[in-house]
Amino acid sequence: MSQLAKLSLIKIRDLLQTKEVSVQEVLTACLDQIQTTEPQIAALLYQHTEKAKTQAQCLDAQGPNPQKPLWGVPITIADNINTADIPTTSGSKMLETFVPLQDAHCVAKLKNAGAIILGKTNVDELGLGASTENSAFAISKNPWNPAHVPGGSCGGSAASVASGQCFASIGIDTTGSLRQPASFCGLVGFKASYGRVSRHGLMACASSLDQAGPMTRTVADTALILEVMAGHDPQDTTSCQTSVPNFIHGLNENSLQGLRLGLPAEYWQDLSSEVDMVCRKVLDLAQSLGAELVPLSLPHTPYVDAVATILTAAEASSNLARLDGVRYGYRYQQTQDLNDLYTYSRSKGLGMEVMRTVLLGTHVLSSTNYEPYYNQAARIRRLIQQDFIHAWTSCDLICAPTCPTTAPLLHASNKPHQAIGLTAAVNLAGLPGLTLPVGLGEESTLPIGLQLMGPYLEEGIVLRTAATLEQHLPSLQFPFA
Amino acid sequence: MTITIDQIHALARLAHFDLSPEQASQLAQEISDMLGVLQQVQTVETTGVSPMYTPVEQPGRLRADEVHQDFSRAQILANAPETDGKHFIVPRIM
Repeated sequence: MSQLAKLSLIKIRDLLQTKEVSVQEVLTACLDQIQTTEPQIAALLYQHTEKAKTQAQCLDAQGPNPQKPLWGVPITIADNINTADIPTTSGSKMLETFVPLQDAHCVAKLKNAGAIILGKTNVDELGLGASTENSAFAISKNPWNPAHVPGGSCGGSAASVASGQCFASIGIDTTGSLRQPASFCGLVGFKASYGRVSRHGLMACASSLDQAGPMTRTVADTALILEVMAGHDPQDTTSCQTSVPNFIHGLNENSLQGLRLGLPAEYWQDLSSEVDMVCRKVLDLAQSLGAELVPLSLPHTPYVDAVATILTAAEASSNLARLDGVRYGYRYQQTQDLNDLYTYSRSKGLGMEVMRTVLLGTHVLSSTNYEPYYNQAARIRRLIQQDFIHAWTSCDLICAPTCPTTAPLLHASNKPHQAIGLTAAVNLAGLPGLTLPVGLGEESTLPIGLQLMGPYLEEGIVLRTAATLEQHLPSLQFPFA
Repeated sequence: MTITIDQIHALARLAHFDLSPEQASQLAQEISDMLGVLQQVQTVETTGVSPMYTPVEQPGRLRADEVHQDFSRAQILANAPETDGKHFIVPRIM
């Protein structure tokens, strides 16, 4: 493996800006790594190789641009985020031929900052799944052990960054779709507060939960990418108008003195012994760095899984109605009737996981079930939010494992609602949540992630705390080193 | 809670899915199982709690309602499975 492909995004960015390496050299290192690793992990649905090479040549000819913080840096984008003139399938046969006319707002910002889009990464179909086994096109594997899933729905993104194919990837986090695969693959993954990053151009799964965010190999890399992606967008009415702070600033603090770290009892139970052991060691570290550990309760946590499942299904069933075979996507041709065209196009274009979610959503939105399921879930959502508001009176951040176990074996667990209990609460409440790789399980030898959750729009303290912990933790080796 | 095969077909009609007997049977079982778990939300006391549909509850600031053209007709039709060069084409409906 090339030494260049092992470097952090910030280090590569600095080497590019000082012309110590060329964009073409960096790109070649990534393409070589794709060639080596892709047959084993199937992270990418589309490789944008030729255009990336042309772009690299152009950038080298122009010379570095210090105004562009991602100048010449190769990244990948999850395939449920629109990229102009690059196929965007969302892992669905329904969208196999779809080529967006424009970039998602966050992609446009990354490109304006000089990033090179190297490829589109595999996702569970339309973002529905937690293992990337539900893609219509490929089953992605975990680079740490290809017998295990990379997580999902954005497992291709995580596999791509963890194996050194690129320096960052962008995914969508609906109930943990970004943090869970980042945790399983030993990466930093950050879902910022709802509204921090525009949703314009994301293929909506559950609109009130979806947020795009970065996966990278270091906290500073995540801070830089988020700083580029974030910001108000008039095309998204839920986009936050608050100015974007300098997230990189203050990442070199060496102490957690004065920080109150909340430990919700509900998140620290039913963990595998290796996850429990590794995460508790980080609590010892945090304490030794000056943090105060505050035991607390988020009493509605047992309902997070059910509430998120109901609301996701309801919103997805509405959002996915647009996949009808008329304006774009797959169409079943052997029909002379419009209703049949809708029905057979959807039935043959969409997979079973999508059908199950849409049918569940249709059920909970029906007139007799709307109140006992959908509205009741929305009421509990407010109670979950109030749990957090109450918690902030006694702590600054909440800390918990990202997932109760390391990455499961392939085909072992294919039900997304089993995997979101620890990650979905921040989506429901609209809060920032970051997963930090904190070690390998003694038994599984797979990565373990620790999650930091912060108050609304307080991404800065989440990143600073993660960076301080990261400085004192041994860095994970490359799975394909 | 049990979802019957008839109920699954009724939901499928609403969602525009044509299910094979095997699919209907599998989905009825899976959704019944899921509802068995999801029913737990009904045990939570929520009297007086207003539903939260989105984390951003302030009304969004609207853009000015100005007409502008982002794409040509040809671009908009480019992804369609069937067009006549001017319109999306669907089977005759009247």
